[in-house]
Amino acid sequence: MATQSGIYHQTYESDMQLRPTTAQRVRMVLVIAFVLVLPLLVSQNEVRIVNKVMIAAIGAIGLNILVGYTGQISLGQGAFLAVGAYGCGLLMVYFQVPWGLALMAGALITAVVGGLFGLPSLRLKGLYLAVATLAAQQIVEWIIIRWDPIDGTIDGKATDALRIPSNFLFGNSAWRLNDNEYAFYYFVFVVLAIVVIGSVNLFRTHYGRAFIAIRDQDIAAEVMGVNLFYYKVLAFAVSSFLVGLAGGLTTIHSTAISFERFTIDVSIAYLAMIIVGGLGSISGAIYGAIFIEILPEILRSIGQALVQNRLVSDQVFVTVLPFVQQGTFGLLIILMLIVEPEGIRKLWSNIKDYFRLWPFSY
Amino acid sequence: MSPDEILKFLRLSYTALSDGALLVLIALALVLIYKATDVINFANGEFMLIGGYIGYQLLIWLQVFESPGLIVLLAIIGVVVMTTLIGVLVERLVLRPLIGEPIISVIMVTIGLSNVIQAIVGLIWGKNPRPLPIDIIPRFSPFRIELEGARRPLNLLPDTLIILAVAFVLVGLLLLFFRRSKHGIAMRATADDQQAAMSMGISIRFIFALTWSLAAITAAVAGLMIAHVTNGVSGDIHNVSLRAFPVIILGGLDSIAGAIIGGFAIAFVESFSSGYIDPSVKTVAPYIVLLIVLMVKPYGLFGQKRIERV
Repeated sequence: MATQSGIYHQTYESDMQLRPTTAQRVRMVLVIAFVLVLPLLVSQNEVRIVNKVMIAAIGAIGLNILVGYTGQISLGQGAFLAVGAYGCGLLMVYFQVPWGLALMAGALITAVVGGLFGLPSLRLKGLYLAVATLAAQQIVEWIIIRWDPIDGTIDGKATDALRIPSNFLFGNSAWRLNDNEYAFYYFVFVVLAIVVIGSVNLFRTHYGRAFIAIRDQDIAAEVMGVNLFYYKVLAFAVSSFLVGLAGGLTTIHSTAISFERFTIDVSIAYLAMIIVGGLGSISGAIYGAIFIEILPEILRSIGQALVQNRLVSDQVFVTVLPFVQQGTFGLLIILMLIVEPEGIRKLWSNIKDYFRLWPFSY
Repeated sequence: MSPDEILKFLRLSYTALSDGALLVLIALALVLIYKATDVINFANGEFMLIGGYIGYQLLIWLQVFESPGLIVLLAIIGVVVMTTLIGVLVERLVLRPLIGEPIISVIMVTIGLSNVIQAIVGLIWGKNPRPLPIDIIPRFSPFRIELEGARRPLNLLPDTLIILAVAFVLVGLLLLFFRRSKHGIAMRATADDQQAAMSMGISIRFIFALTWSLAAITAAVAGLMIAHVTNGVSGDIHNVSLRAFPVIILGGLDSIAGAIIGGFAIAFVESFSSGYIDPSVKTVAPYIVLLIVLMVKPYGLFGQKRIERV
């Protein structure tokens, strides 16, 4: 079993391990093997969905660092995604920066912008801060819609969309990241792995511990010697860096980007991910991203199956589907919060505990 | 100022008055819930939406009666009854299980609720806008202001004044309710200190249900008036409630006076910035004002400062 009791560490090295038991290591190898062969088993369209899930997972981990670990509510996720996406895209379009460099630069720019919007967090708490980040969302969205130079032209006509140049992995023209889902899949998986390892380790350093202390009780943390101003702004910057990375990856993955992908609804979807998955947990952010991104696709395929079996007409399917998706999304959030406020991660560990302790569950 | 500019100023102020009255009502619904239950209701816009649509449906069903006055009166009574029920149901089924959970969970559950209500409204009525069969507020001919030297006279719709009057009457009734009635005083006591209120024999459950239904009614009335202003019900009604967030933060989350002053202040900021700078500035100007105010006064203009203990 993945969780086992009676583990006694005898050296500091074994105590520091992220995966101390053999069972956990076996499971990790199995997961990695599964991820490596997954694209061979499913269609291109399904790989595209998995890619979107992995990008969302990076963004959700970023948001979870801010909301789940540091306790600063943010409704400006869409705005920070947009800063990363447009930062990366504009550098590529106007300055012909190579995509790898543009991606990192976009993430860094987002970190700076995020830190800037994090400045009020020293004085504002809870709901007041949430609405201040809503201001970030509105202002960034407005700039994208209104400021013409950051929009591009398509076929000579000015549009709200920014056309993204081709990005090749290792300069190989067969691996075009914009639409070769398989190439992008392996690339984004490596990025996700680095992000996961990095953020899991972040909370084993004094920075991460300071974030958690601020979440639990900020005045107590300050008394204990945590510099609130420094660490709150740092939390905003670190979180925004990852969110910007997710935004930049969206850019590299697409042929054009426009503001519709970064609205307040996106901020809400990301919040839903970390809450449904589990606040204050890296694995929770990943579970949540999988759940929230795949749910509409599952509903769509159920609907398509119904249409094929002549149970509903095409017309009904098209008009009803968006509302069913939206309603299910809302209903699941409500049910999740009422049934298990700590999210899928907790449900999963409850299931594991049940089997681990079976048949003596006390 | 030239006569044209005077007329422009008048026009913008007049728009701001009716917008302000609506924002005050929406903000009031939010403040009511926040004061009594410490919840910020992101589904407020959906209460407006569903209020508008129920009103629309009732106006259609009640066509059997001849007199438009009777139809409107019955429809409004129907809307009040229905939204009261919805408010109570929402409190009982969705919010009560979450008492004591962190703010973020409560915010999220109301966001989930807003999605559910939007979906239900969409499934029943579709997404195309529908005109109201009967005017809720009688349409009078506009009054006209002419100035010498002005290129065009200014036409002002009297609807604004009626909306303003409705808002004032509602706010007045609520204030009277808080000051004079037994339940209103119980609500204030609950807002002040739940434990103390409970030990004085106040039923917190009843007060919470009452708060949610009062807020739902206020929001539904706002929804009906927006439906009147925009000549029909559509899925866009709930977007107006996003504009109320700067209002309540500006005024302070737990202050009714703050909601009233903040509502008109934000409406004037929106109207003048769109008139004098650029129409598109309207969406961001309130937020910029908000950020500036929050830098100076982190609890809004009239919000109660929380004292924290460790």
